[in-house]
Amino acid sequence: LVGHFQWSLSCLGVKVERKAGFKAPIWGLLLVWDACSDALITFDKENLQDEMAYIVENNIIVAALTKQLENLSDQVRVQYKSKVVKYTWPKSHQVADAIPWVQVTLANGQTLQTKLLIGADGPNSMVRQEAGIPTVKWNYDQSAVVAVLHLSEPTENNVAWQRFLPTGPIAMLPLSDTESSLVWSTSHRHAEELLQLDEESFVDSINTAFWSNENHSELVETAGSLFRTALSVLMPSAGSARQLPPSVAGIGPKSRVMFPLGMGHASEYIRHRVALIGDAAHRVHPLAGQGANLGFGDVACLTQLLSQAAFNGKDLGAMQHLLEYETERQRHNLPMMAAIDLMKRLYSTNAVPMVVLRTFGLQATNTLPAMKAQIMAFASK
Amino acid sequence: PNEVKRFQLLATKWWNEQGDFAALHSMNDLRVPFIRDNLLNAHGGRQPGKPLAGLRILDVGCGGGLLTEPLGRLGADVLGIDPVADSIGTAEVHAWHDPDLRGNVRYRAITLEELSEKGGKGAGQFDAVVASEVVEHLADLETFTLCCNQVLKPGGSLFITTINKTQLSYALAIVAAEEVLRIVPSGTHDWDKFVSPVELERLLESNGFHVESIRGMLYNPLSGAWSWTESTSINYALHAVKLEEEPNPDEDDTEDPTVIVAQAKARRWYN
Repeated sequence: LVGHFQWSLSCLGVKVERKAGFKAPIWGLLLVWDACSDALITFDKENLQDEMAYIVENNIIVAALTKQLENLSDQVRVQYKSKVVKYTWPKSHQVADAIPWVQVTLANGQTLQTKLLIGADGPNSMVRQEAGIPTVKWNYDQSAVVAVLHLSEPTENNVAWQRFLPTGPIAMLPLSDTESSLVWSTSHRHAEELLQLDEESFVDSINTAFWSNENHSELVETAGSLFRTALSVLMPSAGSARQLPPSVAGIGPKSRVMFPLGMGHASEYIRHRVALIGDAAHRVHPLAGQGANLGFGDVACLTQLLSQAAFNGKDLGAMQHLLEYETERQRHNLPMMAAIDLMKRLYSTNAVPMVVLRTFGLQATNTLPAMKAQIMAFASK
Repeated sequence: PNEVKRFQLLATKWWNEQGDFAALHSMNDLRVPFIRDNLLNAHGGRQPGKPLAGLRILDVGCGGGLLTEPLGRLGADVLGIDPVADSIGTAEVHAWHDPDLRGNVRYRAITLEELSEKGGKGAGQFDAVVASEVVEHLADLETFTLCCNQVLKPGGSLFITTINKTQLSYALAIVAAEEVLRIVPSGTHDWDKFVSPVELERLLESNGFHVESIRGMLYNPLSGAWSWTESTSINYALHAVKLEEEPNPDEDDTEDPTVIVAQAKARRWYN
């Protein structure tokens, strides 16, 4: 990523330099709450003065990147509609007549050679598999349903909402005054059912998911409100006023799709002359909105290290700086992935002890501005 | 073909970043920026992406080309020379694979003296001469200095990295590095041939150079990395510049290096 478009994304704090002419709706506030209790947590910058995060539609990003690539056409060549059929890896020692670089064979018969191959081919990365890099992975028994939502009435749409249902989190992310984006993680079966529903029933189920209280148990409610009272004695000024999410009236045509969710982490991000970035190296649950951000972080780190190496006249495929990239990114990504996985498991249950635990946890965190600031800072890196 | 195979075998030694020459590979992290930045200061950046474009550099004692290649990648026209033909063969084979290097990196199995003779076509050709980890292997530094002077353009730069002659350097560079830790193969260095920065500076300054900077280098055997340091007690890097020539009042032939050596010796004898 070069030029005007510099990302340092997180779901909680984002810095985007905007290219003139495209708009990215802003989050002022992120509000997350539990379906099994009244516990909620809000993340916001004080007085909503600064923007906290941006959500940008994927096709806007892609369009901006494509335009930038066109500007760099004498240095970057994009070959569309090409598929790789084979990778040939360099031997670790020089063999007679063998080329010491990576060879990439395309479906059209063309062969490319490169000093450094960057695998950015997603969670089922062929580069990673062909390189024989072991991956720790498991499937969550969940799929995510995404759609564009039309709100019942235009509103100052600057709040992102996420509610943890027992089946999985449902999130509504603002796109404009009248539209929001839906990310609903739930069981495979439920996801398929949601896809089959007619528009009206689908909309109903979304509204119910956000508004209904049927998962509350008395015990949890009592415990929760007692704890909240205790907290308000200790820290009277903290805590958040409850806002209500907007209700949904319709969905964008053909915008409803689903995809399976899982977690994955490549045990190595690099090999001789190979580097993995983005989902090829790591795959997370969408509940924290961090997946793409981890990828952008990889890009920023690798770009910087490669620039330094080039300025020192190094062979770009050499191990020294690739190892630095791997170390730096694994140190950052692994804690984040562990946290996301933990959150997912924590919120996947109705069991009362877990609900009470997370209710207390959420409420407590909500009243501790220092802890929330830490969370926001970490996610912004 | 047999020769090529031999060079490729040698290449696995030279070019293995974790092998026998690992310390030399990681020394590039210091010496490439040292050369690059001092040349940029003197000549200004030419092209983005090729900071050394348009400059002619001579890498004396280039071995397998470990330093020659990065300089070539930065855009310079580099000639690497080494008396050991096998090393030159290895260097050529390794560089040949990289299209970025084919055009501007060349090697010759030749000594500096041969190159600087009139017939060797080396006179006054280069913007910079690099002699990294070389002078500690030479018996006759006087001749070496004169030859460097010969091949450099006036105002050209001489970059030397070498080992100081101190008790500390004996303890570390010979005993520790060669015998105990085996950072370099045993017998690589002869402590008697080490030269202190003061001595080297004196030698250069009395042979038409002005020494611009001397910096200490330190190797950490645990991390395998080099760093700059205050002390020049063990390893150090030196940058000198060839003075612009003044017209010589003597009428003797000043082009033949042996005559120059004789004249220099005579001058010193009188002084």
